Amino acid sequence: MSGPVRSDAPGASEVSETFEFQKALREAFWAALVALGLFGLIVGLKTDQTLSNEIVLKPRPGLLAAMVGAVFIGSLLRNWVVWNRARAAMHRTASGSRIDMQKVEQIGLPAFIAFLSVFPVIVIFTAGWGSVPKWVDNFGILILIYIMLGWGLNIVVGLAGLLDLGYVAFYAIGSYTYALLALHFGFNFWLALPVAGAMAAMWGILLGFPVLRLRGDYLAIVTLAFGEIIYLVALNWRDFTGGGAGLSAPRIDFFGIPFGAGDTDFSARFGLEHSPAYRTIFLYYVILVLALTTAWVTLRLKRLPVGRAWEALREDEIACRAVGMNTTNTKLTAFAIGAMFGGFAGAFFGARQAFITPESFVFEQSALILAIVVLGGAGSLVGVVLAAIVLIGGSEILRELEFLKPVIGEDPSKFRMLIVGGGMVLMMLWRPRGLIAARAPSIFLKERKMIGSENVKEGHG
Amino acid sequence: MEVFLQQVINGITLGSIYGLIAIGYTMVFGIIGMVNFAHGDIFMVGCFVALIMFLIVTAILGTGGAAIFVALLICLIVSVAVTGLYNWTIEKVAYRKLRGSFRLAPLISAIGMSILLINFVQISQDARNKPVPSIIDGGITLMKGQTFDVVLAYKDLLIMIVTAVLLLVFWYLVQKTPLGRAQRACEQDRKMAALLGINVNKTIAVTFIIGAGLAAVAATMWLVKYNVVSYKDGFIPGVKAFTAAVLGGIGSLPGAVLGGLLIGLIESLWSGYFSIDYKDVAAFTILVITLIFLPQGILGKPEVEKV
Repeated sequence: MSGPVRSDAPGASEVSETFEFQKALREAFWAALVALGLFGLIVGLKTDQTLSNEIVLKPRPGLLAAMVGAVFIGSLLRNWVVWNRARAAMHRTASGSRIDMQKVEQIGLPAFIAFLSVFPVIVIFTAGWGSVPKWVDNFGILILIYIMLGWGLNIVVGLAGLLDLGYVAFYAIGSYTYALLALHFGFNFWLALPVAGAMAAMWGILLGFPVLRLRGDYLAIVTLAFGEIIYLVALNWRDFTGGGAGLSAPRIDFFGIPFGAGDTDFSARFGLEHSPAYRTIFLYYVILVLALTTAWVTLRLKRLPVGRAWEALREDEIACRAVGMNTTNTKLTAFAIGAMFGGFAGAFFGARQAFITPESFVFEQSALILAIVVLGGAGSLVGVVLAAIVLIGGSEILRELEFLKPVIGEDPSKFRMLIVGGGMVLMMLWRPRGLIAARAPSIFLKERKMIGSENVKEGHG
Repeated sequence: MEVFLQQVINGITLGSIYGLIAIGYTMVFGIIGMVNFAHGDIFMVGCFVALIMFLIVTAILGTGGAAIFVALLICLIVSVAVTGLYNWTIEKVAYRKLRGSFRLAPLISAIGMSILLINFVQISQDARNKPVPSIIDGGITLMKGQTFDVVLAYKDLLIMIVTAVLLLVFWYLVQKTPLGRAQRACEQDRKMAALLGINVNKTIAVTFIIGAGLAAVAATMWLVKYNVVSYKDGFIPGVKAFTAAVLGGIGSLPGAVLGGLLIGLIESLWSGYFSIDYKDVAAFTILVITLIFLPQGILGKPEVEKV
């Protein structure tokens, strides 16, 4: 694979100069008919409960017509865009300039880190102390937690190419380790943090050891099952985990000094007026450091033999085995290191929430983290950041769009997971190997030539 | 003894439903080697179509006497048609382009589809449980016990008969008809099958439609047995059916049903004798154990990875 030929480039001779409107119309008609079949019952009729819990059907012809119409117009537009692009490709000689994603990665990450380290200051100066809970807590900390989880999972999915559908289990193990250690042995956050990471890594090894011999999709299903088992155990083992009622955990403190209103607490000792915002800002910097550590370790590991081995494994497992690599151990390190960062994030989550329930660790969370990694383009650190900001920040913004409710008839924030699911499918169709993932050769003759992801097939490049 | 017999009957009924769903996993896996993660949610969509059709038909025909069977038959047919259309569309839109793509692309796409379907149904039909009045009552008392009688409910009997008949029909379809031959040919070597004039795309599409159709039958039976439907109903039965498919040997039709029956029996005996809280844990544990120690399943052939 060396030429710049893309698999979806249309054959130039097949494109006609005029848009075949009739053909497109026929296609759109069929698409609309299929849509009518798909949506006719499920969208066209709504099952509503009466007071006596009896179900009645409420017809929604307007919504149904709108959706079928949208499919009809969408199909027409799609045909037109495809034709337009094909015609443009025929007239163009050069392949056109494309953004060098590798450059984006190199410039984007430092710029992003610089912005993040001053983010709370910007918030305080532009919006005042009162907006700290909203902007720093709801946006900043929440997004950073997901960035960290995304970066942790990225080691497993993006670098080693192992699909982990139960990553949230390690997050849960970290959280419960922290909460239980604090409850029974009085550990504070800083003491519990390494234990939580070690515990998650240990579970990663315990789970990974027998299952990592499996082929990719079986591995994915086993990790899914493991995630569900951890969730169900947390839900049902009431004596140990508190069951559905949850478990309270101590809030984070400033290296031993609690953030309270008392005389020996943080604000009194430093001669400041008491405000809960200090804790929030401290939490922000803690998760920022944790997340950046994850990124730094990932970048360093990538250059070590083990990191190279992960990437080789992702590209072609059979070849790796043929050259005598111990694939199980290589996978196990990726799995354990990814799990460890999940455990750290979990302990942080416990210290932030001060209260954990099994409902924070459902499969949907795993799917969301996976979606962040996939939509960010598996393997790319900046991609994960962008995807986390769009998915997590976007859903916070959807919550702000309450005024749209009368227009679309539903709470806009409900559409978050719908968009996540659709996004995953589109990403796979459009660029399955990721946005930025490019192959950098480790041995070269004169200059290091990057190989774009679109030119790399499994077992090639 | 009464507990054991009753739980065996429950287990076989439940297992029949899992088996019907498992056939969809096993056929798709057999022909294109992908785990159709969205299949459980296809089943859930089938449940909702059956529920809505049931409400429409009973509103017209009433629920008395033979009308209920006519109503169920109409539900079954419509649910099979609509659910088949769903799977056909999904295959065409989300999976077909990914056939030659990297290993995990179809699975990730299917996970996306699964999330999409769950949330589509949740938004369009809201998140509450949807109960209907009991559809088929009564049963045959098999044994008088001291604390309770062992009853084979008519609905359980119906579910067992439907599964058995469908299994025979599909066994015949795959073994003896040109369609089945085309399917098996695609399974062995897609490129060679195409060279020999088999329409590969059509064969794969038909496989998806059949899988969804059987899931829709299972969905109608689910409605008959439990009389309640929720948007969450796809996930857990889906995973259990997948476990059944792997346990029985993925790619094997009788294996899927055998696996389904085993999973159903284990689940109901577990809830009868141990803890009902942990019944899903038991199912997931079996999945993990099967995948680790017996990945080729009971009736499957060991897989050889070729370069």
